Parts: sequence; C-alpha cells; structure tokens
Amino acid sequence: MYEGAVQNLIDELGRLPGVGPKSAQRIAFHLLSAETADVKRLVGALVEVKERVRFCSVCGNVAEESECRICRDPRRDTSVICVVEESKDVVAIERTREFRGRYHVLGGAISPIEGVGPDDLRIKELMTRLADGQVTELILATDPNLEGEATATYLARLLKPLGLRVTRLASGLPVGGDLEYADEVTLGRAFEGRRSLDF
Amino acid sequence: MSLYRDEGIVLRTQKLGEADRIVTLLTRRTGLVRAVGKGVRRTKSRFGARLEPFSHVDLQLHTGRTLDIVTQADTLHAYGGPLVADYPRYTAGTAMLETAEKIVIVEKDPALRQFLLLLGGLRTLAGGGHDPRLVLDAYMLRSLAVAGYAPALEECARCGSQGTHRNFAVHAGGMVCTVCRPAGSATPAPAVVALMLALLRGDWEHADASTERDRGQCSGLVAAYLQWHLENGIRSLRLVERA
Repeated sequence: MYEGAVQNLIDELGRLPGVGPKSAQRIAFHLLSAETADVKRLVGALVEVKERVRFCSVCGNVAEESECRICRDPRRDTSVICVVEESKDVVAIERTREFRGRYHVLGGAISPIEGVGPDDLRIKELMTRLADGQVTELILATDPNLEGEATATYLARLLKPLGLRVTRLASGLPVGGDLEYADEVTLGRAFEGRRSLDF
Repeated sequence: MSLYRDEGIVLRTQKLGEADRIVTLLTRRTGLVRAVGKGVRRTKSRFGARLEPFSHVDLQLHTGRTLDIVTQADTLHAYGGPLVADYPRYTAGTAMLETAEKIVIVEKDPALRQFLLLLGGLRTLAGGGHDPRLVLDAYMLRSLAVAGYAPALEECARCGSQGTHRNFAVHAGGMVCTVCRPAGSATPAPAVVALMLALLRGDWEHADASTERDRGQCSGLVAAYLQWHLENGIRSLRLVERA
C-alpha cells in the first residue's frame, strides 16, 4: 500500500478494463515520472471526452454534436442502413471505404445468459427510423458469433413484414489465410455463401 | 495431469483481455471446466468458431493455475447453427445452458449424467421435432431429478400418501395432499400435472398432444420449482419465447 494520492491513482487505474493491479502500479509510476505538461494533456483529454462526446440522436454512434459526422453528411446514401453492435464496428466498416450508407448502432447484442434482451438494445429507435419509408435496404453487420447471429435472426424476423431488403454480411474464409487451417464452421459458411464468377 | 483430453459442451463464453475468451464447458469426464481460449476472438483464430456456446467439441486442455487453457478443439456437433436460425429455439437453448451451469456447481467434479442429459436435450432441440418450450421444461425437470430434486408428482411431497393430489407447492417439493397443503399452494389442472409427468418420463406422444394453455402453466411451475431449488435465478428464462 502506498500513501494517499499514489494509492488512489493505482486504485482508479485498476478499475479500467484489462488493467490489473501490477499494470495499474506501472502506469501510476510512469505518470509520476512523466512531464507535468504530458499529464495535463492526458487530464484534458479525459475531461474533454466526458464533456463533449455524446451519442448521436439518430444512429447512436459517438458524436460531438447532437448528430454524428456520418448522419450529418449529405453525400451519404439515406436508403441503406448498416446495423452494427458497437461504435467500434462503425470505424471498422468505414476503414473498408466500401459502404456509403448510414449506420445504426444497437449498443450490444442479444444475450439471454447475460440478461440482455431485445428491449435493452436500440431496436425501437431503428424501427422509428424505418417508419418514413426512405430506407430500402438494411445490412445486418452484427458480430459473426452466436449472440450476433441471434440478434440478426431476431431483427430479420421483426423486419420481414416491412418488405425491406434485409441482407447479412457474408461469413467465410479470411483473406490471406490457408484453406486447410479453416475450421469446419467457417468453411461450411464459405460454401453456403459461395458466389458465381461471371466474366 | 498437465495436459488432458475430454469432450465437452460449451455453456458460456466471456471476453477476456484483448482477444481471449473464458469458455465454460460441461465435459464428459471432468465435469464443469473453465478454460481460456487464447486469441479466439481474432478473425484468423483456428478454433474460435468451435468454441461458441452449444458446440459439442473434442478438446485438449492444459491445466493452469486458476483456469485451464484450450490447446486444441475439434467440432463433434455444432448445434449453434440450427438453433440460432430459430429465435424461440435459441432462447430455450440458452436457458438450458444456463441451467446446466447453475445445477453443476462444483468445478472439475464429474457429472456424466448431467452431461449426457444436456447433450440429448440439445440434440432434440436442434432436431426441431418438438415445441422448444417443452424440450426446455423436460430438460429442467430431468436435470433436477438427476441432481436429486425431482418433484413429487404421484404422491404427497410431505406425507408420501400415494394418489393424485390437487395442489402443487414449490417449496414443499411438488404435489401435496389437502392435509399437508401449505398456504400459497398452486392448484394446477390435472392435465398440467400429467404433462409434467410425461416430460419427466420422456413420453413425447403425450407432451406433443398437450394444449397451449397447459404448456404455459407447466412452464410457469417448472421455472418456479427450478429457481427455488437452485436458490438462483435463471436470467435467460425471462427472454424465452414461445414458438
């Protein structure tokens, strides 16, 4: 146990995800030996993120104004919505530069065992967005794990009566890998979703 | 036993650190095992897809200090695929996995009968021949029976008098006679008690012919009975959907 302020800092750092007691101690002593200006910059960034960042009123992504940069952009296609679990997924899809539509962040996936049901996600907000009839396609880009698949199944069933085109991201072989190392579930999915090569 | 091999059913996965997962398994020989799947959340993981809930896998594990480490995994049956494509089946399946985890409390204490029961339950559920809620109720009743908490349905749970009784008392342990009946006992229809008995014995012909109303009442009683005797709530039950 250290004295007052140092121990406080270690305790606070230890509450962060993935930071154990040893790591917390290492970070605390790094901060103690760092330049005051560097520490002040870190403090400023922490305060700023809490004060300025909020969630987009339309899609639920992180934003600095009431709407996020993507929802404000008039060049984005308003007829396609890509449904993702977290804001992190928006960034991952944006990196591909393949998608020009808008997003909807659910805030997680259906996981009955963790007590997370459809009512705990931003599904009602999604249905409200679809009410004006502008959207023609919905891309379900939830994680390719069991919870993500269950969420996609639930949404597809809910959206069926609306007559929209509902698509799911393809699953299959990772680019740059060897076929022999693929597990049977992934390889099976790759076969299911194979496409014809038309030249 | 630093390296050992077993087959198991994945009950639950929890994120750990950057790309790892803690996988809770019910295994054939070792019982309940909590192990780390290293790097399984990465898209290039060799066995990430095999360590998803509902997977029946052949495993090689390394004994760790607190948690074991999965070193190899091969799929024996992937029940997740058919279950996740049907939402009511998925929710019922999740409640089965959670029940298994809560009923086999002690880690690394062999529970072969619970393992076989869960495996059979998942196979039936994925097969799609019966109402998922019936499969779930049958699984719950039988896993309770294996654990020694079978409800008394053909005799009074208190005095043991044989016969068909009218009241069901969760905390007394099943049906009770008019003399022993504690306050707050339920009075289920005789068809509901017959359905519970059919589910406990595996009489699917009888169970499949039951009415929607009887199934609803039966589910309510089974859920209350299970949660009382486990002294634990089953969170997934709130989200189980009727087909």
